[in-house]
Order: sequence, then structure tokens, then C-alpha cells
Amino acid sequence: MFKKIAAIAAAGLLSLASLASAETLINGAGATFPYPLYSKWFSEYAKIDKSVKFNYQSIGSGGGIKQITAQTVDFGASDKFLSDSELQGAPGKLLHIPTVMGAVVVTYNLPGVPSGLKLSSEDVADIFLGRITKWNDPKIANDNPGVKIPNKPIVVVHRSDGSGTTSIFTDYLTSVNQEWAKKVGKGPSVKWPVGLGGKGNEGVAGQVKNTQFSIGYVELAYAVENKLPYAFLKNKDGKFVEPTIKSISAAASGAAKRMPADYRISLVNQPGKDTYPVVGFTWLLVYEQQKDKVKGQKLVEFLNWSLYKGQKLAGPLLYAPLPANVAKMVDKTIKGIKY
Amino acid sequence: MEITKTMTSAMDRETAAAKTAFISGNKAWGDRLFRWLTLGFSASILLILLIMAFEMIKESLPAIRKFGWGFTIGKDWDPVQEQFGALPFLYGSVVSSILAILMATPLSVGTALFITDIAPKKLGGAVSSLVELLAAIPSVIYGLWGVLVMAPWLQKTVQPFLIDHFGFIPLFQGAPYGVSMLAAIFILMIMIVPIITSITKEVLTAVPTAQKEAAYALGATRWEMLRVALLPYARSGILGAVILGLGRAIGETMAVTMVIGNTPQIALSLLAPGYTMPSVIANEFAETTSKLHASVLMEIGLILLVVTLIINIMARLLIWSVTRGNSGRSA
Repeated sequence: MFKKIAAIAAAGLLSLASLASAETLINGAGATFPYPLYSKWFSEYAKIDKSVKFNYQSIGSGGGIKQITAQTVDFGASDKFLSDSELQGAPGKLLHIPTVMGAVVVTYNLPGVPSGLKLSSEDVADIFLGRITKWNDPKIANDNPGVKIPNKPIVVVHRSDGSGTTSIFTDYLTSVNQEWAKKVGKGPSVKWPVGLGGKGNEGVAGQVKNTQFSIGYVELAYAVENKLPYAFLKNKDGKFVEPTIKSISAAASGAAKRMPADYRISLVNQPGKDTYPVVGFTWLLVYEQQKDKVKGQKLVEFLNWSLYKGQKLAGPLLYAPLPANVAKMVDKTIKGIKY
Repeated sequence: MEITKTMTSAMDRETAAAKTAFISGNKAWGDRLFRWLTLGFSASILLILLIMAFEMIKESLPAIRKFGWGFTIGKDWDPVQEQFGALPFLYGSVVSSILAILMATPLSVGTALFITDIAPKKLGGAVSSLVELLAAIPSVIYGLWGVLVMAPWLQKTVQPFLIDHFGFIPLFQGAPYGVSMLAAIFILMIMIVPIITSITKEVLTAVPTAQKEAAYALGATRWEMLRVALLPYARSGILGAVILGLGRAIGETMAVTMVIGNTPQIALSLLAPGYTMPSVIANEFAETTSKLHASVLMEIGLILLVVTLIINIMARLLIWSVTRGNSGRSA
């Protein structure tokens, strides 16, 4: 009786062990912003290649950079690119692989004004600087003839938690406004001149929804899913543009000519008449020289899949796919990974 | 006095007998093992505290070196320019917890009195289990409720009322945003009332019936009985409950972060947004921009630890002085 049980247990253990050896586990950590897309990718990819399993922890871009630099994960993910000194701190050559692009939209609560309020970049900066304090300021009103704009003070809402969304938004404000660049600057957390801080996209959206005459910023996907009104922003070419998958992708194709080989480029305020101005890449961070042959091969196979098949999953989740000219460059970069 | 002496000596004899019984058998081994084991357990708690303090001091050294004592009185918080000061957070934490405790204490003690001495037994039991249910709700749920239900209510009803009628007091000036220091105080109050109530209830139940009946026998009304017999007897226990509530309030992170507005400023008005120490750590630690930024947040954690320790020590002293005064009077 006892022997029998032992034999069954041993057989069970053996089969478990064989299962474990057949499956390669690849660990990653980092940005929260692309997490919905990445988790979709990993679950779809598991259906195609059953021998590999991806485990992704969305601990934030800062954490992702720390983990990949310490080599505790096989790949990192970040919404901001690494500085030169951060790259030098890594034990090997780290590659930035852009996966998709996201946009940040300006949302507001103006009774009777749906999506489509027109705002110029200077005005957005002035509002968040506390220079424009009333909605019916001539600067805003002149861009919106025919829209009934109330004579009410503007309530500014921003993110309180450090986030890639804030990074992209403050990057945009820095590039369009001298005073912002000097006084505040860009980063995942900044010293806001005015306004209330809400935690997460949901905190900002909730505050804007509850407060009449307020203005805030959230990810495009979040605004669309929650049916929040958003502003059309004036781009570098002087056109007011609605944030859509197309106008976001246009930012990267506009930047393609000047795209550096390591993709470390900010996509805010790019040229092109259809380009939405508040856009950012999100990157995967992988070492050019992979230490583990099997893992390296599996990772490259996945990256190739994400670059072609994976891109098609981005649109429905409101991430913009890479334009063709950029995808071509990334293809080459992925081929350069050694294992 | 005489009775206690005989009792202790009897107990001594008993333990001595138990000891010899243990030593004589194989069981002595187990006894010794158990003793070391429990010693190890209690030492490990001390060790964890020491390691934590050491690690936090080590991690915050860069910040301490850079800003020195000025950090605790600095008002600037700019991660981009790397200018940091902790005063707005210190202020927010202390003011929100103390005001919350001031509002929660009478409410809790009143509820506890109702449960133990005033309500019919069945009703008291029902209220008491409801209160315990409240204590078991996770803080993020309180936070969600706070931001979705309470903040809009404050914004549309309470704050406009305060501004209209008490706007001449600086405490109630400004625009109604909903999220504010006031919202944080309210949510903290709601969160600590169950804790203070349930402990106070236990303390009140422990008051000997003879004590109460003696008061009644002297012709005291119910109110006089509560005032003369019940509350003085339970004083130190209630104080302990309040301190426990204060400890929870000052360390509360999630719910406060969701309703306080997260603006590092020192505003006299309760309607203005504020910021607390746990909130800024929760908000910014995952995405720190530099080593100094991370180090500064560690130092905020260290300050929080020190503030909590100071509160605990003060509480010990307070309870100690109250109980001493109590026994002195009864003797």
C-alpha cells in the first residue's frame, strides 16, 4: 500500500519536473502604461508557442529600469528612455525596442461642451502654469468661436503618483512653453504650480467628473473607455487635431527621418499636419548580448511576433502601432540581438 | 494587602513545584526548548525593527547629508530640480490625524457607553457587531467610497455650507473641491471609530459591577454613575484605545491618498488640499527620478517612524501618569 503511494507520488514529481524543463520562463518588469497590451500579447503568444511562458510585473518604469540594470529580469519595460549615465551603469549594452505609442489627452468638465474644445499648446501650458485662470479668457474663447464658454475659474487636476503619463505630458509642456521648461520641467513627478493631485488615471478622471469647470489629463485609452470629453490640441503645423490611433502614429512617422538608431527620442510636438502633439513611445529594454541561449532565442522570436502580428492587437486597446518605416528599423535592431 | 501576599506566595510555591516536576522528567528538555524558542521569537521582533531602522537610515543618508536638519522645515518639493523639504507632509500627517482623533474620540466613547450600559442587551450586541464589521473593511474600500461618494457630497453640500456660514473663519475659506484636508480628516475619523469603540467597549465591560452598584447605592443617577464610577475606572484603557487609533490614523496611506488632494502645501483652510507622509511615499516611490529622490522618500519614512515612536512614548507616559494618579486617589 505504502509503496504504491510512493510510486504514484514519484511518478507525479517526475512528470512535473519534465513539464518544468519543457517550458522556458521569461521574466520581465516595468511600465504600467502598456500593461494591458503586454498582458494581451503574452496570453495570445502562449497559444502560439507553448514552450515559453512570459511573466510580466507592472511595477513602474523606474522599477523596470532598476531590475533590468541589476539583471534580475530578462527584459525591462519603460515609458521613458534611459539617460547616457543610466546606460553606462548597465552591465552590458541595453537596447531600446519601441513597441507601441500612447497618447495623453486633455480632459475637462464644462457643462454643455462635449469633446472637441480647441486648445492651443501655449494655452494648455498657461492653464497648468496658473497664468490662464478663467475659462472665458480671450485666448481660449478666440479658438472656439460659437462655443458657449462660461466665465468661471479653472480647476486644474493632475496626477499625484509618479507616472509615465505625467512624463509625456510634462515633456510636451516643456517643449511648447519656455516658462514651463524653466520653472517646472519634465519628469514622472514634478512640482505643479497649481491644482489638485489625483491618484492614478481614475483619480484624475474622478476628480474632473465631479468638479465642474475642471481640467486634467489622462491616457487616451482611459478617456475613451470612460467616455470623458477631450480637447483637440493645436500641433506644430498650427492645426487642431483629435487624438486618434492615426494621429498618434503620425507622430512617429513624422519623427522617422530623425529617428536615432537607439530610438531614444521624444515624440511630443512632432511636425506633420495630422500629428497629435502629446505622444510617447513605450520601450522594452533587452540586452544586445543574451546570456541564456534558449531564453535569448525565445525572446527574439517573441519580439518578432510582437512587431508584426502583435501590432494588430494594439489598435483595439487604443495603443497606436508603429508606422511601417519605424517597424522596418526595429526589425533590424531585433536581428542584432545575439544569443 | 495581606491577602495578595499570601496569594503570591502560594503561586510561587506552585510554580516551584511545577518546575521540579518538569526538571525531573524528560519534559525538561521540551521546557527549555520552548523557553529558547519564545525568546527567539520575541528577539526576532526587536531584530526586525533594528534592521528596518538601520536600512532606512542607510538609504536616507544621501538625503540627510544633502539637506541636514533643514529638510524637516523645508517647504519646497521639486523632484525635477531636486529640491526637497518635508514640512508640508509632516504638517498634513499631524493635523489630519489629530483632528480626526479629536472628532472620533467622543463619538467612539459614546458608542461604547451605549453598547455596554445604555442599550438593551440585544440592540447593544447588534451595534457592537456592526462596529466590528466596520473595523474589518480594507482601507482601499474606504478610500474608494471616500473619493466616489463622500468627496462629491462634501463638495456639493458640506463645503458650500461651511463657506457660506463660516467663511469668515480662515479654516473654512476657499473653493469647494471635495478632496481636501477635511475629506482626509473625515475618512480617518470613520476608519478609527470602530477601533476605538471596540477597545473602549472591552474596557468598559471589564469595570466590576460592584463599582457601578456602589455608585447607584449612593443614590447616583445613571449619568452620575457613568461620570463618577465608570469613566474614571476605565480612563487609562480608553486612553490606550485613543492612542491606538492615532497610530492607525497617522500611518494610514491608501484612503488618505485618495481623498486629500495630494498638494504639498501648508494651508490654514481645511477645505484646501494637503499631503501626508505615507501618501507621498506611496505616490512617488515606484517612479523615483533619481537616487536622491528615492533617498528623500526613505528619509520621510524615517521621520514617520520617529513621529510614531514619539506618539507611542507620549502615550505610555500619559497612561502611566493617569493610572498613577488614579491609584493614588483611590488609596
